[in-house]
Amino acid sequence: MKSGRFWAWVTFAVGAAYFFIPLIATFEFSMRMRRGVYSFDAYTVVFGDPRFQATFAYSVVAAVFTIILGVLIVVPAAYWIRLRLPHLRPIVEFITLLPLVIPAIVIVFGYIRMYGSNSPLPFLGSAAGTNVLLVIGYATLALPYMYRAVDTGLRTIDVRTLTEAAQILGAGWTTIVARVIMPNVLIAVLSGAFLTFAIVIGEFTMASLLNRPAFGPYLQNIGANRAYEPAALAIIAFAITWGCMSVIQVLSRFAPKSANQPN
Amino acid sequence: MTDHFLKIQSVRKSFGPTTVVQDFNLDVGTGEFVSFLGPSGCGKTTVLRMVAGFEEPTSGAIVIGGKDVTRLKPNQRNIGMVFQAYALFPNLTVAQNIAFGLKVAGVPKADSDKRVAEMLNLIKLPQFGDRYPYQLSGGQQQRVALARAIAPKPKLLLLDEPLSALDAKVRVSLRDEIRAIQKELGITTVFVTHDQEEALSISDRIVVMYGGKAEQVGTPFEIYNRPATKFVANFVGTLNVLEGTVTDPSTGAVQVGANSVMLKGKLNGSKAGDTLSLALRPEAISLGRQPGRDATLGGEIAEVSFLGSVIRVRVGVGKDRVSLDTFNSPASPPPTVGDKAEISFSPEDVLVLH
Repeated sequence: MKSGRFWAWVTFAVGAAYFFIPLIATFEFSMRMRRGVYSFDAYTVVFGDPRFQATFAYSVVAAVFTIILGVLIVVPAAYWIRLRLPHLRPIVEFITLLPLVIPAIVIVFGYIRMYGSNSPLPFLGSAAGTNVLLVIGYATLALPYMYRAVDTGLRTIDVRTLTEAAQILGAGWTTIVARVIMPNVLIAVLSGAFLTFAIVIGEFTMASLLNRPAFGPYLQNIGANRAYEPAALAIIAFAITWGCMSVIQVLSRFAPKSANQPN
Repeated sequence: MTDHFLKIQSVRKSFGPTTVVQDFNLDVGTGEFVSFLGPSGCGKTTVLRMVAGFEEPTSGAIVIGGKDVTRLKPNQRNIGMVFQAYALFPNLTVAQNIAFGLKVAGVPKADSDKRVAEMLNLIKLPQFGDRYPYQLSGGQQQRVALARAIAPKPKLLLLDEPLSALDAKVRVSLRDEIRAIQKELGITTVFVTHDQEEALSISDRIVVMYGGKAEQVGTPFEIYNRPATKFVANFVGTLNVLEGTVTDPSTGAVQVGANSVMLKGKLNGSKAGDTLSLALRPEAISLGRQPGRDATLGGEIAEVSFLGSVIRVRVGVGKDRVSLDTFNSPASPPPTVGDKAEISFSPEDVLVLH
């Protein structure tokens, strides 16, 4: 028993070291911009760079639109599948997993071929169109996370009975989704939203190949040309992702408690 | 019962090749409390869901208040419904849950608040308006579900096994409350249950269902005392069934084991040598001879169960066993297993099942 406990701690320590040592090393390196002393100079340079502000703002806006698009597609779809088409769930789950299997570069080349300026849907013919296509691409990349988060949220409530209870009280579909389903899966939706945010902020392939001024390509560009700033940016990106995860944890405490479990 | 508020006319429902409800007809009077009673899978909930509008009949019609609602959506039918799993909205407080239907109907807030207060008083939870469903017990949640269902003043109330998820004590008290509220409001109610005691105790009429069909429709008294079919007789209440052979149709003589009983006028055209199933309720049988109970059968005490105020005795008669209850009297000890015993009953109380 004691020996098992010892090895459990050893495993934990090795795992933690594997995770934290590169992070600490990166952080330490990012502090060494000024010769001989530790300083936050690299961070000052990064935050003061107008390209950082522009690309970060661009990615934040793209993330917000991606979240809106994802919620509009995933929530009604996941709800309807649970309510009326449960036999389609395995198929839909498989489809939502495809973005994890198909590399982003394949998806984006597909987009370029499908939506080029000579195609019937010339998204790539203008900057605005390309932005729209980028958001659609991001929504695809985030689909596995958003769908699973929403589906897990729906699993905690009795979707069918709550829907029928609302229907018999006179509610139409809009009222049911807005006043009954959404509030009860809001925390799950927010979890999906923050995961989406984290993915969009760090995404490189799509933004780069579609030539959009996003944060991912900026990170790559800085990484290729500077010494200390990339380390600072890596820490910043990491802090943003962890911040998102922490918010999910905090929000999950406010999830509505199910009252549908009989005594 | 003057008029028929709910009419279910020749309704049939099939799911693919399986027919779950066949040729179902029922008229429910205004203010009447009708229960659908039957085992799992008999189609009772399907009929209720068709009345609610959650399922569309394959054929037939459903008329509520003179209006054909067969193809109408559930939210256009003005029906209240209580579900087995409560189905309270977890994100809303008790008061908000009760007000949900009123808000959807566009009732002004002042009127809605007044109605919610009335409902909270009706279900005896006036202090619980600000609580969330998860803060209530099962019985309290179901009372809130009832209040939510009747708050918009529906003309028809559907109760889909509302007591099944509750413990026995709460079930009995809530059952009485539901009946009291239904009588007070005079609301036409259809109640689905598989619990015969529930159905017998609160219904004006009971529809006993089996295999997607209504086996019998009648008052609790009729259903219990004059079951129309073998299924109804077996399903409702405890029943002792004895196999008998007709020996003389003219005198009504039937041989049961080594004994003969006279069932004149009950043989319904049976011929000599026909085998009949004779059914008797436990309360129609006495241990030993009793005045007014002229028919007797001899047997042996097979089992004695002490249940407190009553003692359940099983007597072996031929190859059958007859169950009967006697009051527990501290002065006389219960019978002993293996003793010879005689049971008596009135031929009038025998149900001949064909």
